Amino acid sequence: MEYFLTEEEQMMIETARAIAIEKMKPVREHYDEKEEFPWEIVKEFAQGDLCGVYIPEEYGGFGKGIMGLVLVVEELCKVDGAIALSLAATALGTLPILIAGNEAQKKKYLPDIASGKKLAAFGLTEAGAGSDATGMATTAIKDGDYYILNGTKCFITNGGDAETYTIFAKTNPQRGARGISCFILEKGMKGFDFGKKEKKMGIRASSTRELIFNECKVHKDQLLGKEGHGLMIAQATLDNSRPGVAAQALGIAAGALDEAVEYARKRVQFGQPIASFQSIQHMLADMATEVEAARALLYATARMIDANLNKPPREQKRTSKESAMAKLFCSETAMKVTTNAVQIFGGYGYSREYPVEKMMRDAKITTLYEGTSQIQKNEIALNLIKESAAKDK
Amino acid sequence: MNIIVCIKQVPNTTDVKIDPETGRLKREGVESIVNPFDEYAIEEAVRFKEKYPGSTVTAISMGPPQAESALRQAISVGVDKGVLVCDRVLGGADTLATSYALSQAIKTLGAFDIIFCGKQATDGDTAQVGPAIAEALNIPHVAYVRKVESSDGKTIKVERLMEDGYDVIETNFPLLLTVVKEINTPRLPSLKGKMAAKKAQILTLTAADMKCDESRCGLKGSPTQVMKIFTPPQRQGGQKFTGGPEELAKTIVGKFKEIGII
Ligand SMILES: Cc1cc2nc3c(=O)[nH]c(=O)nc-3n(C[C@H](O)[C@H](O)[C@H](O)COP(=O)(O)OP(=O)(O)OC[C@H]3O[C@@H](n4cnc5c(N)ncnc54)[C@H](O)[C@@H]3O)c2cc1C
Ligand SMILES: Cc1cc2nc3c(=O)[nH]c(=O)nc-3n(C[C@H](O)[C@H](O)[C@H](O)COP(=O)(O)OP(=O)(O)OC[C@H]3O[C@@H](n4cnc5c(N)ncnc54)[C@H](O)[C@@H]3O)c2cc1C
Repeated sequence: MEYFLTEEEQMMIETARAIAIEKMKPVREHYDEKEEFPWEIVKEFAQGDLCGVYIPEEYGGFGKGIMGLVLVVEELCKVDGAIALSLAATALGTLPILIAGNEAQKKKYLPDIASGKKLAAFGLTEAGAGSDATGMATTAIKDGDYYILNGTKCFITNGGDAETYTIFAKTNPQRGARGISCFILEKGMKGFDFGKKEKKMGIRASSTRELIFNECKVHKDQLLGKEGHGLMIAQATLDNSRPGVAAQALGIAAGALDEAVEYARKRVQFGQPIASFQSIQHMLADMATEVEAARALLYATARMIDANLNKPPREQKRTSKESAMAKLFCSETAMKVTTNAVQIFGGYGYSREYPVEKMMRDAKITTLYEGTSQIQKNEIALNLIKESAAKDK
Repeated sequence: MNIIVCIKQVPNTTDVKIDPETGRLKREGVESIVNPFDEYAIEEAVRFKEKYPGSTVTAISMGPPQAESALRQAISVGVDKGVLVCDRVLGGADTLATSYALSQAIKTLGAFDIIFCGKQATDGDTAQVGPAIAEALNIPHVAYVRKVESSDGKTIKVERLMEDGYDVIETNFPLLLTVVKEINTPRLPSLKGKMAAKKAQILTLTAADMKCDESRCGLKGSPTQVMKIFTPPQRQGGQKFTGGPEELAKTIVGKFKEIGII
């Protein structure tokens, strides 16, 4: 399909593809097997200027918005959906600063993230607060010029490996959803430690850790936006970041489709390539159509978000519904397509000798984090109802 | 530091064929690439620039107008400027005329500290151009460099790859090095590099711009004549003898006598 990408968008894709094929492909099994953090590849992302594609040029980025992020993440994930997450989850951790940071905070944190010198992470989830973030127990109690943080976040991608953390905590536990605030924390701060590292089904090159706050003293300059605006910042972040997860899902699906077509042409049974069997052909046809539909929805969503962000604040509209649709559709497509790719590979698909079993394991996370598929549907439906009700008025 | 790197555009040798009738390379439909050895020269030049802040790297290529794409590729991995040496008068050059033209280009650009070349070009394969440029400029050179051990901007210590090990050589700036692939791992193009490559103005130098002596240029200035280019016949499998030691010894001696070795 032709998406009329600009020359600069093509450049981002080419840069990402070269790194994916020349640097990531030879080591992807290693990182999956060993569950190590892929620092050597993070250096390649930095050297290629990929870390800041979505960060404005004035802060050292390439200024290509969510579309830029989407194109890069998709291309990298065609080869490996786990290694690329170091970059994608950094975007998730950085978006709160882009959305709610003041000029001093942006100047302090964005250039090092754009250059790839530092990674970021996003700390919202807790053991008792997954789909329902308002259930969080971490507190940030004001004490003079400081806030004192106590609590534990879990499942935090890039946890321990990132330098910069955007953390959500309750500054006013009595006020519920309106009592949450967002802070920028740095690795190494007193009272900020890392807990256990998760052992996972897939995306094993990505680190997922607990963050533990024990009387952690954070200066008020580290507060993002206003006190009590934390949940709004988290929601606005997810509106912008969910296309990144969608891109990860799309990349994994597209990679699995390519593997499946190639294998089907080469594998001979009953004296003929399995690609000559109509049932295999129809599976491939469905997979290709789903991948292309997912891509069309995602690119349209990313363009809509970028266009929206370029409007004056008063004319901006929330893009929650579209973001949720793109994430829902791309991630469910990734699960279907990778499962079918394993099917087409037969028993070999189940073997670690071939890449598709890993793609299937990696794909699964995309239907879970940054809101499960059920939560995306809730979001979409809620918006439909609101839109319809608005017409009644 | 003023750093120069000489790069040649060559056909992608993985799919090059020689036309058996004319003995020429079949260049039609073959993708042009930067001579693979020159990628190591570019990387080493860029690393030198990073070591000496304020330096500039200029890539020079002699070739037809399309060699400009080789220069842009060099810019995408960190080279600052591209210079295309391009003139009909320079066509048909052998290694002598090529190195004369390149040395004139370097003189025209002004003062320089170090010149990097690849070990050899994958099409011409002579490995003469680098050293010949150094001779034309009357500066020292070291060929087949696999490592720069140290450099203080005045003297440099390098390792030269030999068949049976390596030599450690110390010499003075300004100088020319030709490099082998052991020297580094070339980086991939960056986004900012690609943007710079897109926007870069490539300077074109003609024979007149470089004040070349026309009798030393192109076909006229080339004493080498290519008589014939051919693919050497595949080495045959040889002859195999079987039998007991005594019997074998006899057969082999007989064979040696037959072909006149003993
Ligand atoms: C590998 C990994 C990386 C992660 N990275 C991060 C990170 O970097 N930062 C971060 O903050 N979090 C991160 N998370 C957390 C992730 O976002 C949560 O796991 C996710 O939001 C789901 O929360 P939960 O696991 O508590 O599931 P639960 O909320 O307990 O959900 C369990 C099930 O109930 C369903 N459900 C819940 N509520 C509803 C509802 N209202 N309607 C219908 N169904 C419902 C869910 O869909 C799901 O099927 C990560 C998780 C993993 C596994
Ligand atoms: C098919 C074919 C036909 C030829 N026909 C003729 C002919 O008719 N008459 C004749 O005299 N010669 C001919 N040549 C030789 C041709 O002139 C040489 O290719 C050229 O002089 C460069 O030498 P080389 O390729 O051996 O490079 P090498 O000496 O192996 O290259 C060493 C290094 O020198 C530098 N370098 C070499 N060439 C250039 C360049 N153009 N621009 C910038 N840097 C460069 C690069 O850094 C390179 O890595 C022919 C060659 C081929 C392949």
